[in-house]
Amino acid sequence: MTTSPPTATPTSQPPAKRTLRDYQSDQEPRWCPGCGDYSILKQVQTVLAEENVPPEQVVFISGIGCSSRFPYYMRTYGIHGIHGRAPAIAFGLSVVRPDLSIWIITGDGDGLAIGGNHLFHILRRNPNVQILLFNNEIYGLTKGQYSPTSPLGKVTKSSPWGSPDEPVNPIAFALGSHASFVARTLDRHPTHLKETLRAAMHHRGAAFVEIYQNCNIFNDGAFELYTDKKTQPVHALFLKEGEPMTFGPNNQYVLHWTGTTNQQQEEPFIVFRQDDTPDTLTPFTTRNRHLAWALAWRLHPVSVPVYRRDGTPTEESITLPRPFGIFFQEERPTYQEHLAHQLEKAREHIQPIAQLIQGELTWTVS
Amino acid sequence: MGNAPSAEATSPSSVVVRFAGDSGDGMQLAGIQFTFESALEGYDVATFPDFPAEIRAPRGTLYGVSGFQVRFGQAPILTTGDQIDVLVAMNPAALKRNLHLLKKDGILIVDEDTFNNKRNLQLAGYDQSPLDTLEKQGYRVIRLPITRFVRETLKDSGLPVRTIDRARNIFVLGFLLWLFERNLQEAEKLLQQRFKQSAILQANLQVLRRGYALGETLEKGIPQLRIAVQPGHLPPGKYRTLTGISALALGLLLAQERAQRPLFYASYPITPASDLLHELAQYRRPDVYIIQTEDEISAICACIGAAYGGALAVTATSGPGFSLMAEALGLAVMLELPLVVIDLQRAGPSTGMPTRSEQADLLQALFGRHGEAPLVVLAPATPAENFHIIFQACQIALEHTVPVVVLSDLALAFGAQAWRIPENLNTYPTIRPPLWTNDNDAPYQPYLRTEDGARYLAFPGQPNTIHVLGGLEKKAPEGTVSYDPENHERMIQARRQKVLAVQKRLEPATIETGPEDAPFLLVGWGSTCGVLSSVTRSLNQSGIPVAHVHLRALNPLPPGFSELIQRAQQVIVVEGNTGQLAGWLRMLRLPVHHEIHWTRATVIPERWLHQQIACLLQNPDESPS
Repeated sequence: MTTSPPTATPTSQPPAKRTLRDYQSDQEPRWCPGCGDYSILKQVQTVLAEENVPPEQVVFISGIGCSSRFPYYMRTYGIHGIHGRAPAIAFGLSVVRPDLSIWIITGDGDGLAIGGNHLFHILRRNPNVQILLFNNEIYGLTKGQYSPTSPLGKVTKSSPWGSPDEPVNPIAFALGSHASFVARTLDRHPTHLKETLRAAMHHRGAAFVEIYQNCNIFNDGAFELYTDKKTQPVHALFLKEGEPMTFGPNNQYVLHWTGTTNQQQEEPFIVFRQDDTPDTLTPFTTRNRHLAWALAWRLHPVSVPVYRRDGTPTEESITLPRPFGIFFQEERPTYQEHLAHQLEKAREHIQPIAQLIQGELTWTVS
Repeated sequence: MGNAPSAEATSPSSVVVRFAGDSGDGMQLAGIQFTFESALEGYDVATFPDFPAEIRAPRGTLYGVSGFQVRFGQAPILTTGDQIDVLVAMNPAALKRNLHLLKKDGILIVDEDTFNNKRNLQLAGYDQSPLDTLEKQGYRVIRLPITRFVRETLKDSGLPVRTIDRARNIFVLGFLLWLFERNLQEAEKLLQQRFKQSAILQANLQVLRRGYALGETLEKGIPQLRIAVQPGHLPPGKYRTLTGISALALGLLLAQERAQRPLFYASYPITPASDLLHELAQYRRPDVYIIQTEDEISAICACIGAAYGGALAVTATSGPGFSLMAEALGLAVMLELPLVVIDLQRAGPSTGMPTRSEQADLLQALFGRHGEAPLVVLAPATPAENFHIIFQACQIALEHTVPVVVLSDLALAFGAQAWRIPENLNTYPTIRPPLWTNDNDAPYQPYLRTEDGARYLAFPGQPNTIHVLGGLEKKAPEGTVSYDPENHERMIQARRQKVLAVQKRLEPATIETGPEDAPFLLVGWGSTCGVLSSVTRSLNQSGIPVAHVHLRALNPLPPGFSELIQRAQQVIVVEGNTGQLAGWLRMLRLPVHHEIHWTRATVIPERWLHQQIACLLQNPDESPS
């Protein structure tokens, strides 16, 4: 690739360090009091300020839904689009304006129901954008119907007998869509949220971030296991590059990946005690697609025995945790870089417009 | 609906030739070469291809027949003609499919070898060769053993038989050049440009000469055909042939240069709009982005994003795709961003007949969105006119910050005509969108308007014009979300007035054909222009005082149109649907006395239309429609 990575760069002399206020619009957010969206808004503004990104270089593009009001609350450029189409709008902008920092704001309904098609295609095309999917497992703006991520059997206004839909797994969806950056974080863990957003922003390509977001009106407590101080250590696994996958109230457990992905017979993960692990224990890496897939797809919240290093089970058992953090990341050319490369190849064939209009075969009438 | 087309006396000053054969027989190539030959002789030309719907139909079948029709003669050539003077049929299926179009005393040129083949006859549904019967019926049948001649000519070429047989079209071309007394040298030059590989080129040149020479040595002498051409009817200048697809592509590239904005063209493959995607995709050049998206919804949404970023954003589609774009078109109306949508209309509803042309998307273009969502609708009248209209569409979209729909159609896309190349491209003006300039330190407000009602544009990257657009109703001029009833009313009017303000830059309506003071007025739009003009001439010759007006803009209507139409005693609207333009004109309280509808998704037969109008004007109470 001949082009430099299209990242946002200051357009003028660096001014005094920006603050969160530089990214706040004069519009009062109209989300319900206690909504998880407030936390996400704040952390997005914080990251932009800490990274000192000029607000005029930033564009927020959303679809329809509670989360999609986001652009109105940012003092940046933005488009509040139509339901499900934010990725398509952002894609067009990213092609002609690779100089901008483009953020897509979507939800579990907007991004995975009506807009699932566009989400899939923007991920595989890999333009340089950030995609934040606010997942609250419910439709909020239309007042409480089940969404594509609602669990099977979920009772809502539109599913009084329980949702008959198998839910979609957003991380597996993104991995299956050949996304180059796939992460999950939570509204109620501001530090983790902020650092995940920062990593997404620095990623060259389409960065997909699923954010567990509590809807305190229609689906309160959906993610409490992972956000409550008491249960979080047991049920949440925070992935860190190069480190073992530890969890538990005192970090006393470690998750070992056997290297298996798809064979249904064999469990891909074994839990050891931190102080009794085999030497072959591999650290977590964001560079292994198979590990990411196993973490996304094969780590069910079921009770499993804890093993000793010699492979024998202890009497202790533990529920498998849900992972958070960057599941997968790879460097590959962005859509814009592919286009730039084509232009290089085409350069010698370019003809002036007048010549094209004249064409090859002409005759003269006198 | 009236009677089926019946025989029509073609003007002796023009000739209609149709090449018909298997998809693989190279009929398009032979047709295009013959057209160019005709143009070099000083004739005006018009062409239309007839592709089979199937991609690779089995050889020799009726549904695998591909055709190419060319009409050449004294200018102006307004249509490709209802009936064929000379039919080239490369096999029995090609004859069967096209015989009904051939004039009763027309010339039929066949590859005799394919008619001696039982299998070929069976595939076409013939028990035995129909050639003897046709001769008795009065057709002038010219039987040429084309397959044998070509194989014999190339027997020492070392080429495989398959390749040799593919030169049959060039043999026919050679024969036709002799038949019309043409110059062989130009055809040879053309072949030299087309075939780079010398073995293939030599083979084609040999076959071309053999076909030409055959005319002179036939046992039964065939008289050569001469047609009267009066010089000086085409304005002097440099010419080329131009298809509607090329016209659209070139017009877009020119608009990009004149606007000094990146051209962003996003499209999803659909017949017939795919051809424009193919044509444009060749031009990878700076500031031109030709993108294939996952569907029509994403194509138009990507355009909206690109327009927000400062691009000239364009998409093209056909009926089903145009329906998918409806919601996003409404968003573009709301955001008041420049956007051009080309709808190459085809026969609907639903999948309908994807390879046939129709004019039935007018009401969808005008009204096919929820809410009050007006936009500009333009419609080219000839294949070459696509060039001018698409440039104008880009200009209006950018300068008036409004979505523009260009209603072209399949006939206008694939049809071709002789086109005078503009001597000076500077006659196409610089396009100047209303960009916000911060001269007076006033804060940028996204819904601040120019005199024409356009919105001032500002693009991301500038610190002092930060703004958010969105589908929610906005307070003018600051652009915050608003549910205020009076503001909503003002915004509806502002969006409407902005479209109406486009009228003053449209070319005034004029009489296309016929006397200025004719009491009867034919009104049409789109690809029926040639037929309406031609019929107006023939009606005038029969002493019926009728004139023809053709609309290139459907919303707003061109200046002077309402005066013109109100002046006429009788207004007859002719269109390829069940009365969409007529209904629109009535809605605007303009007079429409008669409607003539053509819904067979073919070119309106001239003779039929002539009769309809003549009958209608003589018995005004008995509308034939």
